[in-house]
Amino acid sequence: MRTRTLALFLSAAVMSTALCGCGGQGTAGTGSDGANTSQTGGEPPANELTVGIAQDLGDSLDPFTMTAAGTREILFNVYEGLYKPDASGDFIPALAEDCAISEDALTYTFTLRDGVQFHNGTAMDAEDVVYSFNTCAATSVDSSLSAALADLVSADVVDERTVAVTLAAPNSDFLAYVSSVYVVPDDYDGQTTAPVGTGPFRFVSRSVQENVILERFDRYWGEAAKVDKVTCKIYEDGNALMTALNGGAVDLVCHLTTSQVQGLGEQYQVLEGTMNLVQALYLNNAAAPFDDVRVRQALCYAVDVDAVLDLTADGHGTKLGSSMYPAFTKYFDDSLTDLYPHDPEKARALLAEAGYPDGFSMTITVPSNYTPHVDTALVLAEQLAAVGIQAQVVEVEWNTWLTDVYQGRNFETTVVGFDAANLTANALLQRWTSGAGKNMISFQSSEYDALLEQANAITDDGDRTSLFRQAERVLAEEAANVYIQDLADMVVINKSLTGFQFYPLYVLDLSQIAWTA
Amino acid sequence: MKYLIKKLCTLIITLFILSLLAFSAFSIIGDPAASMLGTNATPEQVAQLRHELGFDRPLLVQYGDWLSGFLRGDMGTSYSYSLPVSGMVLEKLPTTFVLTLMALALNVAAAIPLGIAAARYAGGLFDRVVTVLNQVIMSIPPFFTGILLTCLFGLVFRLFTPGAFVSYAENPWGFLGYLFFPALSIAAPRTAMTVKLLRSSILEQLGQDYIRTAYSRGSSRTMALWGHALRNALIPVITFTAVSVAEMVAGSIVVEQVFSVPGIGRLLLASISSRDFPVVQAIVVILALWVAAVNLLADVLYQYADPRIRLS
Repeated sequence: MRTRTLALFLSAAVMSTALCGCGGQGTAGTGSDGANTSQTGGEPPANELTVGIAQDLGDSLDPFTMTAAGTREILFNVYEGLYKPDASGDFIPALAEDCAISEDALTYTFTLRDGVQFHNGTAMDAEDVVYSFNTCAATSVDSSLSAALADLVSADVVDERTVAVTLAAPNSDFLAYVSSVYVVPDDYDGQTTAPVGTGPFRFVSRSVQENVILERFDRYWGEAAKVDKVTCKIYEDGNALMTALNGGAVDLVCHLTTSQVQGLGEQYQVLEGTMNLVQALYLNNAAAPFDDVRVRQALCYAVDVDAVLDLTADGHGTKLGSSMYPAFTKYFDDSLTDLYPHDPEKARALLAEAGYPDGFSMTITVPSNYTPHVDTALVLAEQLAAVGIQAQVVEVEWNTWLTDVYQGRNFETTVVGFDAANLTANALLQRWTSGAGKNMISFQSSEYDALLEQANAITDDGDRTSLFRQAERVLAEEAANVYIQDLADMVVINKSLTGFQFYPLYVLDLSQIAWTA
Repeated sequence: MKYLIKKLCTLIITLFILSLLAFSAFSIIGDPAASMLGTNATPEQVAQLRHELGFDRPLLVQYGDWLSGFLRGDMGTSYSYSLPVSGMVLEKLPTTFVLTLMALALNVAAAIPLGIAAARYAGGLFDRVVTVLNQVIMSIPPFFTGILLTCLFGLVFRLFTPGAFVSYAENPWGFLGYLFFPALSIAAPRTAMTVKLLRSSILEQLGQDYIRTAYSRGSSRTMALWGHALRNALIPVITFTAVSVAEMVAGSIVVEQVFSVPGIGRLLLASISSRDFPVVQAIVVILALWVAAVNLLADVLYQYADPRIRLS
């Protein structure tokens, strides 16, 4: 009898939970109303900014080992080097007030700015700068940066406010590398999860897959940031991001495609820049039939880049002819974009000459998480079919792409975009030298190697520029890859915000963004 | 007591095999060293990192390493986030827990009254409508229900804003409100199955001898149903509900993607694609524990529902 009562009691309990469930149901309406009112944010409730980002800062936040472009983009506001790039691509003094370069261009003497504080309250001194140079040289995941720093003879403390850096050989790009050496305190070891720098914003918190919060750093040495707080909300799903935009939940979203920015609410305006990357159909120059320059050129003639732009982005985007994008105004050679006009006849003739009169079949391996690259690959496959090349688009996961295609070089062709880790021509061009570990396409050209070597051995800016431009021409004439475009970067921003700037690098400068009255 | 020990031993063996399987799956799909370094690193740097993280050791050694840490209560550090796994998982667990609980509550709240009513008026119009609806709902998987609900209630009726998830710390009511539709899509197919099961189970009980005896003692059909048949009819339903709870956890992993709810499921999928095995291992073990705990609870519940059942 007792168990019976207990059973009754239990079923009563089950029923009451059920009823509570119904209660939850009833209040659901109010709940979602609450969510709606919290995001009718046409006007800022406070001097705060909500930025929608498409990927989580899902890697180390350490200044030297962070990898993802999306992470570097946001932490640009937290970390600074002795020099930093501005929106026009020049290097301006940041934590250094001044830099004296010796006659032989081997010694750089930096005078540090007075009164710079780290976000954790300690004062920056020469020891921190030397520590940062050494740590960066030892741990950087950017191989061109660590190679440049490997050439350092020494970084020495001269006095509390002076650091002398001695190079083994002159390096005209040295200031660009200096701007990537973020200065961090020498007695703090939590950078991987709680970064501490000197930038206009300090890192407050992150919630995995939800948000990253930054706050204005009040003791910043320079012009203070305009907003008090920035919340980067993570929308890994494209549809969720669009819904958030339609609901007005975010004030700023970068890196959208042309189709995504259509039909948005009138509180937004759309700005157009470029993504600053080289999108191409990268060809494995070591694998047949792509080891034949005629086949590579045939592919270039077969592809109609204008049609690619029209079909994937309503004509937005900038055509490229080599591994250089237009934000590098000095190095970008516009004439290369028309080296291979769309000419299927010529493509067929070249293929016949190379011994493939009936074409051949090939695979285009694309990382599936990058929709613009997948879209481009699909259009390319159609265009190649017109000259008899049967291209099959194979989508793979990003990690698989990195392991098999990038590291393993086990592929025929792939569509991706390479960006520049820093503002040097080398960041884009060094990659394709014969012996480079990053030379995914195994491009071999002694002429190209010689040009780059020459360019890096001299310091005269004009001569270097012309050598780099010649190297770009070699890439184009050898048809190392089928160069497509620098993708259009659509930015959606609340109309009441000012101060957004496009940079020639993949960064988002939040410090100048402000609400207008 | 003996029963508990036996259950516990089975559980430990299950967890052991499961975690070993999950671990070996990663040896097939590769390690995260490449994606941790990105496209500006050389193969030498990747090889060095692989060595530093110990990915070049034999699989069993790596597994042993993980296991010994886990047994000491150390779930390790996430490769991607460099955060302690325990903190990351604990932060996401309540969301998935509440989501599943809500789905269970909806399931029980809807299935029991509907099942009883369908059995009570078996063959009537109500019963026929319920049966047809059941067939339809049962055959739609939760993720598709989720997409339908998002379109209908999110975009057409605007009862909720898809993607506008708020965490429980920020706004508890908004949190529960947002989880309602995800919970509904998880609960729907299981509810339909439960209704069907309860209806047939009650009808079966109503045909038993002891019910005829009850009638002969003057019980009405209603009295026989509530007083006698229902309790016996609930036993298979309890078993089924326990299975449902396990299913709902699986369902929530999928539905979290549809509604972009940042719970365990989203974390699990993201960790799988970034090869973040310490996180995946921890989640797999937690989900297995969850299923085992629910099954244990169901066993205990039977005993109360049917005193003839003795756990041994």
